[in-house]
Amino acid sequence: MKPNFTRRRLLGALAAAPLLGPAAGLAQPLRPTTRAIPSSGEAIPLVGLGTWITFNVGNDRAARDASADVLRAFFAAGGRLIDSSPMYGSAQEVIGYGLAKLGRPAAVFSADKVWISDGDQSRPQMDTSRRLWGVPRFDLMQVHNLLSWEEHLPTLFAMKAAGQLRYVGITTSHGRRHGDMERIMASQPLDFVQLTYNLVDREVEQRLLPLALERGIAVLVNRPFQQGALLERLAPRPLPAWAAEIDCASWAQFALKFVISHPAVTCAIPATTRVDHVRENLAAAGRRMPDAAMRARMASFVAGRG
Amino acid sequence: MSEWWTYSLRDLLLFSSRTYTRQFELHNQEWWPLPLFALALGAALFALAWRGGERAGRAQLLVLATCWLWVAWAWHVQRYAPINWAAGYFAWAWGVQAVLLGVVAWRGSFDAAPAAALRRGFGLFLLGAAWVIYPLLAPLLGRGWTPAELFGMAPDPTALATLGVLLTIKVRQAGWLLVIPAAWSLISGATLWAMDAPEFWIAPLASLLAVGLVAMGFVDQPSSAGK
Repeated sequence: MKPNFTRRRLLGALAAAPLLGPAAGLAQPLRPTTRAIPSSGEAIPLVGLGTWITFNVGNDRAARDASADVLRAFFAAGGRLIDSSPMYGSAQEVIGYGLAKLGRPAAVFSADKVWISDGDQSRPQMDTSRRLWGVPRFDLMQVHNLLSWEEHLPTLFAMKAAGQLRYVGITTSHGRRHGDMERIMASQPLDFVQLTYNLVDREVEQRLLPLALERGIAVLVNRPFQQGALLERLAPRPLPAWAAEIDCASWAQFALKFVISHPAVTCAIPATTRVDHVRENLAAAGRRMPDAAMRARMASFVAGRG
Repeated sequence: MSEWWTYSLRDLLLFSSRTYTRQFELHNQEWWPLPLFALALGAALFALAWRGGERAGRAQLLVLATCWLWVAWAWHVQRYAPINWAAGYFAWAWGVQAVLLGVVAWRGSFDAAPAAALRRGFGLFLLGAAWVIYPLLAPLLGRGWTPAELFGMAPDPTALATLGVLLTIKVRQAGWLLVIPAAWSLISGATLWAMDAPEFWIAPLASLLAVGLVAMGFVDQPSSAGK
């Protein structure tokens, strides 16, 4: 099936992206802006929490407690969606430790992945993941990096129909397999896709993000900071004065606001080990957002043309 | 993982350097005072290597077999596997090496002539460095003493010490015993490189030199040292 989306429709959505939030009253901590999951209308905050590397701390009790502190700050700042995978070492177990320590916050929106070649092993793997998280069911289950997606998706759709999970998705990262992802998005009734998008890696703007808008598929964005590399490159440069127009206090907020202001993006999932960074990230989802013109200016500036 | 060849080593790294270093710190704390015993064991191994001869060689291989088995369980299974799912495979490889070392210690064919001078000299240097110098890397690189990597406790100095011993003794199966320690040295070096650890080159270079010395045929040139 050929996707039915147009450049005009995308540009219209971009132009309509408002300068959200009040300019005044900045002293009060704001709740993060939310965006609706197209398939259900349920609204989730524009910034979530990734756990790749950062939550893989093994049996280190002190590091687990530090991860729980990050979760506490995340929920206190209005965060909801946490993303992990069986591939991430001990991250699932550390999330479970943190959630238990925090008294199992009701706000958590649990997003995990199935990452196994054998389609028959997907349910046992998901059961293990669920036990590690300590949740009765996952809100979102995604096929990690499209691994054996032909075998896993029917299982996930059946589980969704049975009420054993709420949403189904697929993931990719580092800009890989976009062609496959496009074909799956066009042919399968997905609720979510997860992909890499940031100020530098923008290939998804060409086809995948417009297709997500057209097909009504929510978009999770991984690597919004290129795993920190983007922020390291930007760090020597001063934040432009005009960044204040969209309430950016740091390069991290600058980079995040660029990502989450794209109308197709439902939630970005930066990972961090620091409480101050998680607060900073959630704060990026409040107050004013860039419109299409500002987004173009941001990208040009980072590319050295601004 | 599909298209795995398109990923860089850094893309595949599952943990931070901080977490990796912390595992050594916790490992030493958990088994204290075993690290002190491991240091003493390193000294004994070096003394045996210095002495030379078949009986000392078999004793060295037995000590190493025990160390490889211990590191397979205490490090790879208990400590490393929680942060790296590949550690389960590493543990099996280390177990296989322990068995190989044990079998060669028991039934291996030793030559009467000592190893060539260059080979033996580098072997002693490698063994001594694994025993004394490698634990100093952590404090020298600003990580403090607590995560020091010790022979018999941590994988890298254990693998390097094994390469050193295999250069000092004249056992005909030495080539087979080099494979897993050399492979581990390359894997560990790649991991350290992905973490931007400055010592990433040490184990791979040492293993390449060790394998090269054996492969270049220094085996048949007797030395007068260590008789």
